[in-house]
Amino acid sequence: MIFAITARELRGFFLSPLAWTLLAVVQGLLAWIFLVLVDDFRDLQGRLAALDNAPGVTDLVAAPLFRVAAWMLLLLVPLLTMRLLSEERRTGTLDLLLSAPVGSAAIVLGKYLGAMLFLSSMIALIALMPLALAIGAPLDFGKLLAGLLGLILLAGSFTAAGLYLSVHTTQPVLAAVASFGLLLLLWIVDAAGTGHKTADSLFAYLSLPRHYDALLLGLFNSADVIYYLLFIAVFLGLTIRRLDDMRLRA
Amino acid sequence: MLVKNVMKGEVLVQVERLTRSYGDIRAVDEISFTLRKGQVLGFLGLNGAGKSTTMRMLAGVLAPDAGRITINGADLLDQPSQAKQAIGYLPDQPPLYRELTVDEQLHYSARLHGLDRTACRQALLRAKEHCGLVDVGRRLIGNLSKGYRQRVGLAQALLHDPPVLVLDEPTVGLDPMQLREMRELIRTLGRDRGVILSTHLLPEVQATCTHAQIMRAGRLVFSGDLADLERRRCSTHLRIGLNAPPPVASLAQLPGIIRVEELGHGRFRLHHAPGAAPHQAVLERACADGWDLWEITPEHAGLEQIFVDLTLGEAPV
Repeated sequence: MIFAITARELRGFFLSPLAWTLLAVVQGLLAWIFLVLVDDFRDLQGRLAALDNAPGVTDLVAAPLFRVAAWMLLLLVPLLTMRLLSEERRTGTLDLLLSAPVGSAAIVLGKYLGAMLFLSSMIALIALMPLALAIGAPLDFGKLLAGLLGLILLAGSFTAAGLYLSVHTTQPVLAAVASFGLLLLLWIVDAAGTGHKTADSLFAYLSLPRHYDALLLGLFNSADVIYYLLFIAVFLGLTIRRLDDMRLRA
Repeated sequence: MLVKNVMKGEVLVQVERLTRSYGDIRAVDEISFTLRKGQVLGFLGLNGAGKSTTMRMLAGVLAPDAGRITINGADLLDQPSQAKQAIGYLPDQPPLYRELTVDEQLHYSARLHGLDRTACRQALLRAKEHCGLVDVGRRLIGNLSKGYRQRVGLAQALLHDPPVLVLDEPTVGLDPMQLREMRELIRTLGRDRGVILSTHLLPEVQATCTHAQIMRAGRLVFSGDLADLERRRCSTHLRIGLNAPPPVASLAQLPGIIRVEELGHGRFRLHHAPGAAPHQAVLERACADGWDLWEITPEHAGLEQIFVDLTLGEAPV
């Protein structure tokens, strides 16, 4: 039954012009940036040849591309997640799910998986660009995979937070603004220099991009992966609780 | 009495002291009732009487503050999946996705109720046939008229063949033709199921239901057989039309007539005791004395009057 929900969600995405527009805009902008990066790399190539242990094409093209892609996801995922539950509440279709023999956990997971499958297709399209370089340049697939993993985990975290906020309102735009605010806060939270050591390291730990940067450098640290998994689990758990609560309060 | 007991079907829904508040307002206040197989139970009440809240609780969409709901033997709180599997729910706004086609919507709903692929296909065909949707299977729900959407909603509630149907105002927005079809359909469905439907329309209850329940401010003020309801406070009357009317006094002397009301243009309303059937006497006299009778209509003390009395009256009955 989870998959019935996932399938409908996915179908809903591809039936709406919003999803196609998002795909097109992301792909278009990133393609432009990709071209600029490749161009820069070609200019640098001569000088790089003289260096020992010079950064390769993965470091100079793929990693910066993924960094920009993460920024774009930060802007766009809230637009994708905003209607996941709020729209169902607004139009009353949530009643169908609540009156069906399906638990709250299945509803939330089904929707989450649907959104993640859509985002995965977006990330797969993004990954095709650096992969295309394999035709003419040596790629570091380890680094590339670590970066992709980071991007997926990041998208997963954004989606979980967005899903949680979309259960709180019947107005999708409100959910989008709130998720964008929350994500941006978590993105820049480490900028707060308190001068206090424990506080600083706590903020640094909470910050979303810190863990992503390590993965982009090809450092696969299980602590970073666990950070994202925890982040996702916490927000999904909160969403499930909130959905259960709504039957009591609504 | 014995016959009545034999005719009673198995208990499908058992509601005990169900209570639900929104803030300080008690929307539903300790109501209890039973629904048996073969019953079509009409829920009557003014807006805000607690009909929809009760139905939402029955469907498991809303949790009660207190009380117990048992559906087909399964407790709604302890065994939610089992209980929900036994219920088909149509909310006042049919829960449909505008961007899906009718087939897609029904397929989705069937999958949600755990039907596998083959069962899905059969259920879809059956439900579409039941609700007259065979021709619109491939149309987008967003483009359908309100009446059709209502039918899709009903088809959706029927898909998994639940023994209990909970329909919140199922006939809103239907044209007169569809209204008749819908009532007929509900009556048919009610034969081997238990149906609960809510409505503001009294004729609807008279046309489709076997039982009625009236709610007022969260409380159940009447619950019983429709026949019971009709019998209640019945000062029944007969309306007649005569081309050559005799003096009112001679009408009043007819056996069984309590009072005569003159309506003008040769029409009279003859009040008689409940249960008495003076029509035969009226007919015979009309023929014998040449009153030239052109209309004779039995008028029941309307359900409407009872409804108004119960919903607005001082003391709950």
